[in-house]
Parts: sequence; C-alpha cells; structure tokens
Amino acid sequence: MRYPKAAAVAAATLLLTPVALAEGDPARGEKVYERCEGCHSIERDRIGPRHQGVVGRKAASIAGFAYSPAMKASGLTWDEATLDRFLEGPTKLVPGTRMGFAGVPEERDRADLIAYLKQSGG
Amino acid sequence: MTQTNLILPAADRRRFLTGGTRLALSGAAIALLAGNDALMRQAAAQTPDDVAILNTALGLEHEAIAAYELGAKSGLLKDGTLKVAKTFMDHHKEHRDLLESTVKKLGGTPVKAKTMAQYNFPADKLKKAEDVLRFAAKLEKGAASAYLGAIPVFQAPALKTAAGRLVADESMHWVVLQNALGESLPDALAIS
Repeated sequence: MRYPKAAAVAAATLLLTPVALAEGDPARGEKVYERCEGCHSIERDRIGPRHQGVVGRKAASIAGFAYSPAMKASGLTWDEATLDRFLEGPTKLVPGTRMGFAGVPEERDRADLIAYLKQSGG
Repeated sequence: MTQTNLILPAADRRRFLTGGTRLALSGAAIALLAGNDALMRQAAAQTPDDVAILNTALGLEHEAIAAYELGAKSGLLKDGTLKVAKTFMDHHKEHRDLLESTVKKLGGTPVKAKTMAQYNFPADKLKKAEDVLRFAAKLEKGAASAYLGAIPVFQAPALKTAAGRLVADESMHWVVLQNALGESLPDALAIS
C-alpha cells in the first residue's frame, strides 16, 4: 500500500510537533501542590529538593542535595513537557527515583501544578 | 470548606485536646511491618525499590519528630496543645522505629536523622502557638498525602497496608491540629 506524499508529510509533521500542554491555573495549582508538601517545599530542601526555580532546571543539579543515582543519571531537564511526564508517573520516567509517589494522574492537575511551580520560580 | 457547629469553643477545645492525648495510636497495627523475616527478605529481593521508598518515609518521620521537638521547646505551646504535640511526636517516633526495623529486615541501611539546623525549619516565623500548630498541621497533611501517594508504588502488599495505616495516623494528627486551630472540619476526600 502506498500513501500519497502529502499524507506522509502531514503524518511526519504531526509526529514531530511537540504536544501542546494545557494552560494551567497557578491558583488551583497551589492547592494541588499540597500533595507535594509531605516531602517538598518551594523555598528549602527537605526530603526532596526545593522547587524554587525548578522549571528549566537540570535534574539533580542542586548542589549538596543527596539525589538518587537514578536521578543523577537521568540527564533530564525540567522543561514543562518533561515535568508533565514525570508528574504523571515519577517511577515510570525515572525508575529507581527515591520519589516513591504514584504521581498526579489528572492532566489538568498537572498543568495547574506546573503553572504554580513556574509562578513560584523566583 | 463549610464551617460547622461542631467546632468547639476554646475551653471545650482545650478539654478535647487533653483528651486527645489518650488517642490510641493505630501505628501499633503496623507491627505487621515487622512480621515474618524470611518472607520480608524474599519480598525485598523481588522489590528493591520498596526499601528506597521506606527510607524516604523514614526521612519524613525524622523530620516530623524534629519539627515537634522544635514546637515543644519553643515555649509557645501550653497545657493541652503541648501535651498533644508531645503525643504526636511519640507517634512519629513509633513510626520511625518500625520503619527503621523494616528497612533493616529488608537488608537496607536506614537513613539517619539530620541535625536540627540541617532541617532549616522556618523557626523565625513561629511567633505564637497558632504559628506552631499551623506549621505542624501543614507537615501532617503533607505526610498523609505522601503516604497515600506511596501506596500504589509499594510492591509488597504488606507495605501497601502499612502505608494506609500511616495515612490514617497522619490524617488524625492533621484533623486534631486543625480543630485546635478552630478551623472547620475538612471536606470529604481532603487528602489527595
């Protein structure tokens, strides 16, 4: 079976276009962030690293924080798309992470959470 | 969140909190963590990530103990609230001991507590009893969420059950502290 050239180009374009993430609501995201506050804080390192400035930061890059070997080796940068994938299933994206948390299953919750993290970026 | 008439006046709240020290710790039930050693080691070999998650939980318990120590020594808590803070600190010590022994049984090395300075608590913001209670309540609600989020990740069914029991303890702490603050009762499904 042969596809027309235009259809092939369209399919390739779709595959290569990053998926646009939903626009988040930071005020709602602050409520969602309560789920993170067992281990994290915006301002200070706790069981987990601080979140101030996390959007755009390289994974495992806060000096002095004891990251897991898996996180150190991940090579990730916390852009919005990567954060979305990680928040959906931390142990799926980074097997061996010490973040023993099932994740945030709802897409809207993740978008709101990321919007809040961006707003709290400092 | 809706205000209800179940919120106690200050005097009644004090009596309630004094009574609160007699609350039985459901953590005793998590003794199942320290069950059959051979089975535990076998489970650990199959699920190495469980040890890492247990150690994260242990770190959380160390932090909670330190936070209550800070609150108890602040001089800001009196009578009923001080008693409750000490009781909850004891609960967290019981959780810590169980988690430590479980990590060891699974062949891991339990994570150690940090020094008080290393926790970098916002001590300068704790000016009155209400500040201490709000600080503790926030930690407790966060801990309940953390344990809830760990349940699906644990591989061993016994650890899922234990984490559920810890959710119950942390939720109970949070609600008692909310009540001491005169806050309204939580909505349904408040822990997520």
